[in-house]
Amino acid sequence: MIDITTATPNAATITPKRRFKWNVALDHLVLIVGSLFMILPVLLAFTTASHDAVTIHREGLQLKMGDQLGVNFQKAMFEKGGFTDTVDGMRMLTNSFILGIGFAVGKIIIGMMAAYAIVYFRLRFASFAFWIIFTTLLLPLEVRILPSYEVIQGLGLTNTYTGLIVPLIASATATFFFRQFFRSVPEELVEASRIDGAGPVKFFIDILVPLSRTMIAAMFIIMFVFGWNQYLWPTLITTEESFFTLVRGIKQIVISYTDAQIPEHGQALALAFVAIVPPVLVVIFFQSWFVKGLTESDK
Amino acid sequence: MAKVTLDGIRKVYPNGFEAVKPSSFDIPDGEFVVLVGPSGCGKSTLLRMIAGLEDISEGALSIGDRVVNDVDPADRNIAMVFQNYALYPHMTVAKNMGYGLKNRGVSKAEIERKVAEAAEMLDLSALLDRRPSQLSGGQRQRVAMGRAIVRNPDLFLFDEPLSNLDAKLRNQMRIEIRALQRRLGVTAIYVTHDQVEAMTMADRIIVLNGGVIEQIGTPTEIYENPASTFVAGFMGAPPMNLLKAKVNGAGTAEVTEGLSFPAPAGASGDVLVGIRPEDLEIAEDGDMQMEVKIVEELGANRLLHGDLGGQEFSVSVPKQQEVTEGQIALRIKSGEPHVFDANSGRRL
Ligand SMILES: Nc1ncnc2c1ncn2[C@@H]1O[C@H](COP(=O)(O)OP(=O)(O)OP(=O)(O)O)[C@@H](O)[C@H]1O
Ligand SMILES: [Mg+2]
Repeated sequence: MIDITTATPNAATITPKRRFKWNVALDHLVLIVGSLFMILPVLLAFTTASHDAVTIHREGLQLKMGDQLGVNFQKAMFEKGGFTDTVDGMRMLTNSFILGIGFAVGKIIIGMMAAYAIVYFRLRFASFAFWIIFTTLLLPLEVRILPSYEVIQGLGLTNTYTGLIVPLIASATATFFFRQFFRSVPEELVEASRIDGAGPVKFFIDILVPLSRTMIAAMFIIMFVFGWNQYLWPTLITTEESFFTLVRGIKQIVISYTDAQIPEHGQALALAFVAIVPPVLVVIFFQSWFVKGLTESDK
Repeated sequence: MAKVTLDGIRKVYPNGFEAVKPSSFDIPDGEFVVLVGPSGCGKSTLLRMIAGLEDISEGALSIGDRVVNDVDPADRNIAMVFQNYALYPHMTVAKNMGYGLKNRGVSKAEIERKVAEAAEMLDLSALLDRRPSQLSGGQRQRVAMGRAIVRNPDLFLFDEPLSNLDAKLRNQMRIEIRALQRRLGVTAIYVTHDQVEAMTMADRIIVLNGGVIEQIGTPTEIYENPASTFVAGFMGAPPMNLLKAKVNGAGTAEVTEGLSFPAPAGASGDVLVGIRPEDLEIAEDGDMQMEVKIVEELGANRLLHGDLGGQEFSVSVPKQQEVTEGQIALRIKSGEPHVFDANSGRRL
């Protein structure tokens, strides 16, 4: 005891003075530059969206705030536009949500169930099946887009949400991640729940799904953003404007005018800004949930 | 509560490995049986077959009067405590304990009552709303026990439940588990590789080695009359001394010139003479001359390691006894030396 108390003041006097840490400053510099690089275009889109079409057309991107912000947002979101005058920004926002959420939820459900079958049941060709599923990772929708289109059209699913969402779901990413996760769940938990009288369905719903919370959150972030940003497939499969998503709508605003008119860049940028917000919110919301789950470390 | 009968139970894993050779034994109602043996000897395999987590390759298993070979684990009315507790991490203590009842359609009020009762018994009442991650190792162990007892099972199965606890807590839990089992009167099978646990807890011990039952008996029987050199060496700390000897014409087992022990009738050829270190004492007129090389202090007693008749030997002496390295004379304090066949290892 005595040793410790006398040692403390000595240790304090030995501690060197705080020096300026160059490496820390450098770290911050890199981070700040990186952040600016990411944020500035968004900021520029926002400020430019506050000007009228004529100004933007004549003077290009604007750094200062203008006075047309409210008008541009109002028109972009609530004024029906497009060739057929049937779709407004709100409709597109809804469609984007349907696509993003439908895609993410569908993918998580299918992925979890497939992984559950592969990991927990003695299937005859389980690992073969898994590798077949796995190879679909090498075949994203863009590669198989023509046959997929053929099938969807053959089924009469063009211009439906089903046709929009289902073909996108068919890939192995979620299955793969859930498989890896399920394999890390201790075997004893399965056995304990068997003795506790939980059948396969109960085990899945009562034990495995709650244990996968953080995994589900992570998957939801990735899949929602991926679905939200889809462009090629929706362009191909939906021709009716009432199925347009925001990502498509932005382009529509710019091109849907006769030559004599100036493209409504302000509105397009307003819409682009609206399109950015939900993915950001999803990431922020699920991120905190996700980190909380990780640090609770109850597995 | 039920008796358990194993009749020629055998386990061959799909890869062809025979983990448990055909084994038979009965466990009467309410008995606490400990399965003990070195790592990999098939203890867990045997226990898991009784639980229904592993298929039985051959033989018949009955719990109560029912053959349960093909009965689902959930319907065998057993409860199991796992080595790593296997608590559901996302459920509170109360939910963990009540989950088995919930799956059996017991009413909410009834579950609550039983959980409260078990929690009371295990001193967990204050912790019912916590998650397993917020508990200490000993508390988790108790929750696992609680989960087992709320269901009023016919049979408790334990697979090395204390091996993750520190020594002090282990001693305490050992006593608690034993007391709880007595109080509830439930038949229990307890797997461990710790011979102290086996000796202190068991009504009867089953010693397994390489998938074969070496001996079944009460702790005293196992200690006093080990059936083989394996049991003799495995049960008891420090292990029994085993001296190589030859049975001579006079019917005694001779280790070296001038050092021989009585051999049972019918013994012949090469034998091993077993003497427990604690069955010896230092005596001026002792006829066994030992050369002490190392003295090990154990607190209550000392362990002397050295050499007797050219073979390794140890003796345990009380702490009052002054000892130095060098030559000492020994004599057998109590009991007869055990004599085993050198080839088969069986007791003669
Ligand atoms: N699934 C399996 N397939 C093939 N062999 C197995 C399998 N599980 C266990 N074994 C083998 O069976 C033998 C007995 O295993 P078991 O788990 O019953 O040992 P144990 O006595 O419980 O050991 P420990 O004290 O280390 O837990 C071991 O040799 C092990 O390698
Ligand atoms: Mg084991």
